[in-house]
Amino acid sequence: MTLLNWFSQRLKTNQQRQTFALSLLLFPGTFWLLLFFVVPLLIVVLYSFLERGTYGGVDWQFTLEHYARLLNPIYWGVLGRSLLLAANTTLLCLLVGYPMAFFIASRPARWRNTLLLLVIIPFWTNFLVRIYAWIVILRQEGVINTFLESLHLVGEPLDLLFNSTAVTLGLIYGYLPFMILPLYATLERFDFSLLDAAHDLGANDLKTLIRIVLPLTARGIVAGSLLVFIPAVGEFVTPDLLGGAKSIMMGNLVHSQFLAARNWPFGSALSILMMAIVLAPILIYFRIAEQKLNA
Amino acid sequence: MTQQFIHQVQQKMRSPHLDLLIRKGMQGGLWAVTAIGIVFLYLPIAVLVIYSFNASKLNAVWQGFTLSWYHSLFTSVAGTGSDFTSEQIWEALWNSLQVGGLATIVATVLGTMLALGLERFRFQRKQWLEGLLFLPIVIPDITMGISLLVFFSLAFQIIEQLTGVRLVLSLPTIIIGHVAFNISYVAVTVRARIAELDPVLEEAAMDLGANELRTFGRITLPLIFPGILSGALLAFTLSLDDFVITFFTAGVGSTTLPIFVYGMIKQSVTPAINAISTLMLIASLGIVLTSLALQRR
Repeated sequence: MTLLNWFSQRLKTNQQRQTFALSLLLFPGTFWLLLFFVVPLLIVVLYSFLERGTYGGVDWQFTLEHYARLLNPIYWGVLGRSLLLAANTTLLCLLVGYPMAFFIASRPARWRNTLLLLVIIPFWTNFLVRIYAWIVILRQEGVINTFLESLHLVGEPLDLLFNSTAVTLGLIYGYLPFMILPLYATLERFDFSLLDAAHDLGANDLKTLIRIVLPLTARGIVAGSLLVFIPAVGEFVTPDLLGGAKSIMMGNLVHSQFLAARNWPFGSALSILMMAIVLAPILIYFRIAEQKLNA
Repeated sequence: MTQQFIHQVQQKMRSPHLDLLIRKGMQGGLWAVTAIGIVFLYLPIAVLVIYSFNASKLNAVWQGFTLSWYHSLFTSVAGTGSDFTSEQIWEALWNSLQVGGLATIVATVLGTMLALGLERFRFQRKQWLEGLLFLPIVIPDITMGISLLVFFSLAFQIIEQLTGVRLVLSLPTIIIGHVAFNISYVAVTVRARIAELDPVLEEAAMDLGANELRTFGRITLPLIFPGILSGALLAFTLSLDDFVITFFTAGVGSTTLPIFVYGMIKQSVTPAINAISTLMLIASLGIVLTSLALQRR
């Protein structure tokens, strides 16, 4: 510290001292992110253009075969399913989350915080634990099947686990708070007296919802949808534990390319595609937000 | 015909009495959806906890209360037919705490420094740094996981060729990855706190003759400390919770608790997992309540 003191006093002008302090503050964090985040990503980009090595790893020869392979219809299924499951999850989260956020935001202040806390607490528990809970409920010897059998409603246990429905359910469960929080943030600032105004002017509830409430909370809807869609499309754990062979998503494909198939370049190409799918809506979102700001 | 009908319905809807009814109905509907939503969020967790006390190993039929699954977490030893040993659990827990603790310390220091630089200074290409901080938050976990795996394996190859030293994936590689994603979360959290801080306080200290370091130590740091603390708690929770990035950066002998639980789930579904899950649930609830209590003060 004294050395630092001495050094900062040697810098005469204010400008010099400012620049010195700033670079001291920014350098370590930026360095860490560049070395352990950006460089690894660049290596993945590089690997996606290289030949597959015999025992995992790569051969240093340029090829486009991995991207060509992505065009193979076999992989469209997985890609399409990832997008579909993520879109379904987002839509269902919106359908459940919007009324919830609306209700919470229209409560008196002290109720609001309590209800919001109730929504957030499960989200703090371990992700794996939350997914495992659904295995306990859905599996053949699980809670639902045991209950149905005890009532003699079903002769054989139902196959509730290891399919796309189970995966969607798990995804909704995992990401519902991500939808509710941004929706709540916009609805909290929403002026509820506008509802009365619309009503007095003769608009019915449906019209008020479509013409007033939804447009004014569009920001929250978009933000919430992005926050659900983005992690859902790149999921790997939920389909791995709740899904079966017919409900694998892109994340599972990447995982198997790196661990089972040991085809690192193809896995790299896949994860770059995944990254593009995730970043595209964000860039569009920011571009539109920027245009709105300028307009 | 339908037009006429719709018109009639619309006319009906105009009547204040019906309108009030619909409004009440909608309020009730909103209430019901919220109630169902909250039950949906808690029911699986409740089921998990309840069945951690169920005597039946095979299915969900309630066969009486038992603590034996909890007991097994603490007493299982190798060669007794159990799928795991207590020693493995303790090792995984210790690994998780080491990773969480060290990653949190490094990420909190680096993230706070970045937040200070971004919020208190003006410089060119600031958006670039903001973008760099934003990326680890939005990028899929698995992409970050495999990129670190690829990076470490390449780096280790190069190091072995240059120096002959053979490095492997272990706790330090996990910690490096965790710091990389936690820096962003800490920076965002702390930055929000600094933005709320009135710069007049710092200027006053300077006017009274304190230099930058003294001002920082006596004024800025104490005032933004709650923000740093919540950033650190967030980092610690995310680190303890992380499975995907850890999965790709862990090696033999560096199993963390989530990796261990994942292995248990993959192997077989036993009520012992319910028991360990319940304990993890209590621990994370403890962290949340502590952080809330800290924020209240």
